[in-house]
Amino acid sequence: MKRFIARHVASLPKSGIRDFFEIVSKMKDVISLGIGEPDFDTPWHIRESAIYALEKGKTHYTSNLGLLELRRAISEYVEQHYAVTYRPDDEILVTVGVSEAIDLALRALINPGDKVLYHQPCYVSYHPSVALAHGVGIAVPTRADDGFALNAADLQRAWQPGCKVLMINLPCNPTGGTCDRARLAEIARFAVEKDLIVLSDEIYSELVYDHAHTSITAFPGMRERTIFLHGFSKAFAMTGFRIGYACGPAELIDAMMKVHQYSMLCAPILSQEAAIEALRHGADGVKTMRDQYHRRRDLVVSRLNAAGLACRPPGGAFYVFPSVASTGLGERDFAYGLLEAQKVAVVPGTAFGENGRGFVRASFATGYDQLVEACDRIERFVNTATPCSAPSSS
Amino acid sequence: MDALMNPVLKLLIEGGHLTTAQMAQVAGIPEAEVAGHLEQLKKDGVFLGWRPVLDLSRESAAAVRAVIEVKITPERGGGFNRLADRLSRFDEVESCYLMSGSYDLLIFVTGPSLQKVAGFVSEKLSTLEGVLSTSTHFMLRSYKEGSFLIGGPAQEVDRLKVSP
Repeated sequence: MKRFIARHVASLPKSGIRDFFEIVSKMKDVISLGIGEPDFDTPWHIRESAIYALEKGKTHYTSNLGLLELRRAISEYVEQHYAVTYRPDDEILVTVGVSEAIDLALRALINPGDKVLYHQPCYVSYHPSVALAHGVGIAVPTRADDGFALNAADLQRAWQPGCKVLMINLPCNPTGGTCDRARLAEIARFAVEKDLIVLSDEIYSELVYDHAHTSITAFPGMRERTIFLHGFSKAFAMTGFRIGYACGPAELIDAMMKVHQYSMLCAPILSQEAAIEALRHGADGVKTMRDQYHRRRDLVVSRLNAAGLACRPPGGAFYVFPSVASTGLGERDFAYGLLEAQKVAVVPGTAFGENGRGFVRASFATGYDQLVEACDRIERFVNTATPCSAPSSS
Repeated sequence: MDALMNPVLKLLIEGGHLTTAQMAQVAGIPEAEVAGHLEQLKKDGVFLGWRPVLDLSRESAAAVRAVIEVKITPERGGGFNRLADRLSRFDEVESCYLMSGSYDLLIFVTGPSLQKVAGFVSEKLSTLEGVLSTSTHFMLRSYKEGSFLIGGPAQEVDRLKVSP
């Protein structure tokens, strides 16, 4: 059947997380630090609003752009938290998670062969989404000694003629990397100078621990060239609702909306109703969860460093990205060895691109007692690590 | 230290099931300091002690619980305090609150049987000087106890074990 499959799909590698998931899911009593979603259930008032909407018969299509009430709420929320104003009428598009928004944006922007800069290690979908839009991805490395922050000089080096889009994800999954204002300003200047459209995936932006979050959209000259992408999955613990949004100049949003209306039509109405409730009344819940993540971060960072796995405190998100170099093991051997010997799952850094070599991602979206136990086990593993080989990558 | 800023107090409120050793790790302070914080919270009268949270409406618990609304006469000088304190000292009384509204004290009472609880109300509580009236409501079933949900299907953690 393979001959029927489109070349650009056939040539996509499978997600590096997939084969690891297959192994972990068959094992019992594993403490998984491999989970990229909150351990909190969606706050009850948000769930209850979805139930209420269902009872009220809200079971129909919505406008392609999404419910106007939700777009108004998004507009207010974004203005309040990111200091940028978008019109609810034509500058905001409600999507099925940020993942759909990224796909829409790339499909709306990319002509075959257009080049897209993105920092790496990065979320697993970035490179495939570019490839599916017939674009060419150019990975810009970020480094541990730099806190995995994006650097304008590295961007400059990676830039080539034909670059049209820059994708950034700050705070970053998998590294937790963030950028301070000075760096963001440099990146913004670079984007203006090179006439790039910036896709700014800010899905983790409520979960920052050391500095207030700043959006690149707020810098001079950026609003007209940025598509701001955000959603409800992380801060409001609403992953399963699959609800996100894109804000940007009306012409870009209109182009994305065209793709959206023919492929998705609209985001699920119940999720949209729940999202309204989250924006209107969810702030306390977000703060409670962020405070817990903050304490867990400090716990995990100090324990892993004490165990001999060097890692800086991530500025945001709920991942640490320690180096496993001190063990003499590669990231895959470390992850498989740890799983086998101590039943703790972490994700090999190369699942997030070649620049993740030598690192693993450990999520701290797990309860304290599990985290403490996992750190104990990791410490035991590091102390007794003997290189064993991981199944060869397919 | 401001009680609300106390890291140990925060952990008690958030989880409550961590050992002092685990709390020390999470808060990033020595275990002795956690113990010190707990001690201070006790001294301050914020942290009163540990109690298990039980579903007493289970048959096996063999317990009857009632909520009693009590009207009392306030006293010159002491208001409601002297009588409320006196009532609170009965072993049957789990909790006792001064309320705004149409009655004064709300009392939670537990006993081994309906008769015992009824006996407490009719013989001890109502006969105290200063108690004007009581209105007793027996609890039939618990749905939530000390933040724990009761009676629904067990919550399965169904997150994917590894996800991007």
